[in-house]
Amino acid sequence: MATSSRIASVSTSLLKNNQYGISSVVGRASSWWSHVEMGPPDAILGVTEAYKRDTNPKKINLGVGAYRDDNGKPYVLPSVLKAEERLSAKKLDKEYAPIAGSAEFCNLSINLALGEDNEQSKNGLNATLQGISGTGSLRIGAAFLAKFFPGNKEVYLPTPSWGNHTPIFKHSGLNVQQYRYYDPKTCGFDFQGALQDIAKIPEKSIILFHACAHNPTGVDPKPEQWAEISKVVQQKKLFPFFDMAYQGFASGDVARDAFAVRHFVKNGHEIVLTQSYAKNMGLYGERAGAFSLITSSKEAAQTTLSQLKIIVRPMYSNPPIHGARIVTEILSDPSLKSQWLQDVKGMADRIISVRTQLRDNLKKEGSQRDWSHITDQIGMFCFTGMNQQQAERLTKDFSVYLTKDGRISMAGVTSKNVDYLAHAIHEITK
Amino acid sequence: AYRDEDGEPWVLPVVLDLEKKLVQSVTYNHEYILFLGTDSFKTLAPRLILGEESPALRTGRAFGVQTVSGTSALRVGAELLARYYNYTTFYISDPTWDNHELTFLYAGFSTSRKYRYWDPVKRGVDFEGLIEDLREAPENSVIVLQLCAHNPTGCDLTKKQWTEVADVMQERKLFTFFDAAYQGLASGNLEEDAWAVRYFADRGFEMLIAQTFSKNMGLYGERIGCLTVVLAKGRSEDATNILSQLTLIARATYISPPKYGAEIVTAVLSDPELMEEWKKCLRVMVDRVLSMRSGLRERLEKMETPGDWEYITNQIGMFSFLGLTPRQVEYIRIKHHVHMLSNGRANMCGLNDKNIDKVAEAIHDTVTKVHD
Repeated sequence: MATSSRIASVSTSLLKNNQYGISSVVGRASSWWSHVEMGPPDAILGVTEAYKRDTNPKKINLGVGAYRDDNGKPYVLPSVLKAEERLSAKKLDKEYAPIAGSAEFCNLSINLALGEDNEQSKNGLNATLQGISGTGSLRIGAAFLAKFFPGNKEVYLPTPSWGNHTPIFKHSGLNVQQYRYYDPKTCGFDFQGALQDIAKIPEKSIILFHACAHNPTGVDPKPEQWAEISKVVQQKKLFPFFDMAYQGFASGDVARDAFAVRHFVKNGHEIVLTQSYAKNMGLYGERAGAFSLITSSKEAAQTTLSQLKIIVRPMYSNPPIHGARIVTEILSDPSLKSQWLQDVKGMADRIISVRTQLRDNLKKEGSQRDWSHITDQIGMFCFTGMNQQQAERLTKDFSVYLTKDGRISMAGVTSKNVDYLAHAIHEITK
Repeated sequence: AYRDEDGEPWVLPVVLDLEKKLVQSVTYNHEYILFLGTDSFKTLAPRLILGEESPALRTGRAFGVQTVSGTSALRVGAELLARYYNYTTFYISDPTWDNHELTFLYAGFSTSRKYRYWDPVKRGVDFEGLIEDLREAPENSVIVLQLCAHNPTGCDLTKKQWTEVADVMQERKLFTFFDAAYQGLASGNLEEDAWAVRYFADRGFEMLIAQTFSKNMGLYGERIGCLTVVLAKGRSEDATNILSQLTLIARATYISPPKYGAEIVTAVLSDPELMEEWKKCLRVMVDRVLSMRSGLRERLEKMETPGDWEYITNQIGMFSFLGLTPRQVEYIRIKHHVHMLSNGRANMCGLNDKNIDKVAEAIHDTVTKVHD
């Protein structure tokens, strides 16, 4: 490369004088930026890193939120593989998707969520866009609400919630509050506590629900409890924001897992809905998801869609095509779709079966504790009820890796390691 | 977007072959990749733009992160500057890509300004105007510089002009943000096209670089981009803090970037044979555009269409400002169905052997009939 002898190299004095140069600012970190906190190290990543370093052959990684097969290996769904084969044969180009993603993808997504014959999509009441998986869809929602929500710009999250909910909402300028959800005494749903707290939320606030397979607790309200919650939300004029990251993956039945969303919509709530195909189609890294605003008029759907696109364009212009094409291929073809429904049921069934095995094994170990929450809870995660010290000992003494809150990813449990796991948990908690 | 001689989208042969192998590979899956991309992508993409020999990369004071396309690289970089380092003012060329302004404003910048760029009389760069405007820019303004194949004008700076820009940037304490959307698609040579950013790096500039593989690898909809941060000499220790902030931005926006397209990029950049194949593809695209440019110019000169058409071959890359007025742009669209952006930007890839005569005649008719 040409290096002219005339190059005057930039002396370090430029940056010392330039008080806003990155380096000089960071160099004066203590005076200007002491209020900027070092980002909290990602808890889950930390678990995986530590797991990798461990040389114990019996080690188990129960930190990661990705499905594993009974050999502990990543699983590419047969329906996904088939879809990809078909897509290769189609010899598609790589042209940009529309800002909102393909219309077909959007329609298939909302119909999966609300049911094939839902009134909303039939009447054009939904503003739906492809998002960058569930997270990107949450971010679109947060940005839209921060800009346009006419009510109280505060989002009420269940306690606890997915660790990334708060950063996403805060980043977009929304305040975050809490309502009671998990009852550590029962390792179950604190229904009364939730109802009481929800009743106290200021009118026209935003309330976030996990549609199914609550992350991190695995605790879901029962259908009749959802019905109660829906009534209170209506009375208090709250705006529901549903995060549905596990449709199909929780019970194995996509309709059943979408019960809460469908119930609210049928009962007249206008909602925000975010969907992810990361877990139920195993498309994690391809970032396929959808954002929907269910409105009460076609005009509102159209105007909000136009505003949503304006939010997306300066963020990443248009969404990634690869994952979305796989989703479209699967959902638009009856035989592929039915294959997929079997695949996702297979994943859910395996999780349910290792839950049962773990609970049975703990009993066999002679544990006197009540472990019924292991099978009462649903989805990828289980709040074991272990405290931080117990979790740390479990890791230190048995090389079982989990997060400090006692959460284990059931996806990491296999028929081959469940005995060892039960033994380890029993030793720590007896 | 690039179009082949039949006017069709073109998936690069090297990419097609690679995809077949990729999907059949035993290790193929769709698992999450890290927030900021895989280690190999983060090594190879910055190396492509800054060069194998880059001292900045070797000493660790330059590093890159994968983003969800070039737009996302601009946005993430702009958020870093606005939200964590309180930059407020940015300058974009007049004219520029239509999404630049909103990207920076949504990232948190408060003041948008333009520096002169297109000279409609010369049909080239208004360099004096550019320098004047940069000289007037307040200290700590962020200046968005397009590396090559300027969109929408097709007019690039000469090497000498780049050195003068660097002088002013240094003197006026302006912050450099390169937008590198067309590396390889301007001259056809990856190194040549990256000259300006490498020159700035050699001079010790601190800067951000937004890169995309949309056009040069034809990966458009896969959304594969890279944000490279270049720190001042002796400041590599700041990398940790900055990476932490970038992680926070990524987590709050999309968590992790798409895997599939990144694997394609990584496979190409890490394999010398595939690199050669890719370079051939770049030449195919560039040569076709060059031949359309010279073909159009020849025809207009042959027809003695009023005006000086030399600039068509002086301009570079996919786009050209043909110098048509808004009325002429409307006329040529309505009468001849030749479409270009209302600002007069024409996509040279839209030309091919089947339509070049018609387009030349349309321009001739337009320029002779419609006067402003």
